[in-house]
Amino acid sequence: MRLELKRAIYEENDELARKINEGLRSRRIFTVNVLGSPGAGKTSLLTRVAERLRPEPLAVIEGDVASDIDTVALKALGIDAYQIETGGDCHLNAPMMEAVLGRMEISDGSWLFIENIGNLICPAEFVIGEDLKVVVASVAEGSDKPYKYPAAFSKSAACILTKIDLREAVGFDEGFFRAGLASVAPGAPLFPINGRTGQGVDAVVDWLKAARASSLK
Amino acid sequence: MHEASAAEAIVKMVAREAEARGLAEGKSYRVSRIGMVVGETTGYMRESMEFYVAASAKGTAVEGAELDIRYVKPLLRCPACGLDFERSRFSFACPACGAQGVMTKTGSEFYVDSIEIEPEGDAAPASPMPSAAASAGTGARP
Repeated sequence: MRLELKRAIYEENDELARKINEGLRSRRIFTVNVLGSPGAGKTSLLTRVAERLRPEPLAVIEGDVASDIDTVALKALGIDAYQIETGGDCHLNAPMMEAVLGRMEISDGSWLFIENIGNLICPAEFVIGEDLKVVVASVAEGSDKPYKYPAAFSKSAACILTKIDLREAVGFDEGFFRAGLASVAPGAPLFPINGRTGQGVDAVVDWLKAARASSLK
Repeated sequence: MHEASAAEAIVKMVAREAEARGLAEGKSYRVSRIGMVVGETTGYMRESMEFYVAASAKGTAVEGAELDIRYVKPLLRCPACGLDFERSRFSFACPACGAQGVMTKTGSEFYVDSIEIEPEGDAAPASPMPSAAASAGTGARP
């Protein structure tokens, strides 16, 4: 006997993510899910952004397959950070978010950044309660990334291009990268930054503030 | 790993469907076929999906079910001339007019389309015919 289902495989996850987002929004918490490859510069970006958003309340959830190196580093800088260790899973999902939120003390009106597992594939498939996703890509990864991982870029509201001081050294073709991004994520802005010097980060912060204002209005 | 959590979700979903149907009819059903639609941008590979679904299904009403995946090629739409087209490897340019195409929803599908269930206890054929999907073996791979 044939049964027609037409059911999304992650519908349970998506439903839980919707509830999580509703709960966060009711507390005026704005949530950003940060995607990117391992070593793209996600933690450096978040550190720089957090410095600029101070003294606004802000928390970071660090997703890692193993280890809490990033969480320890963020805490050392006085950033309120919480760890999710997935123990092998290559992405965060809504149940993991529900669990970590249960043990977090996050004040109303906070910024909440989630650093997803370093991976451009499955994190793109999961909503976890965020208001929006952003994708971080470094010039060292090559200018073909939007072509190779269209899902991660297409689901992101903005792209932060890191390590731009290495542009020359790695032969980064920004025109090719921009064309790919424009195809998979029309309208998504590109922010070139240098996470070490902080160059370009102000523009990211301005964009985040505008995105937050329009999302929570 | 990419496919493992998807496989678990699929097995759970279709096992529940079979169970719900069984409860409604006072019978017990097993799932013999899972029909899925998978857009290629999701990156779910046929071989891995088969492996992980079979592994997740062990000991459930889904054990032994055939996984029938229909892959969907991503389509881009040309903002200049309106043509829908498949990308080439490292270009999103429209083959007709050269403008940069824009990604459409086509190619990001990921759902269970339909399932086949049969009453528990129905003996499976001793030497089952190879399934259409398995014998074709030429399906699209992301």
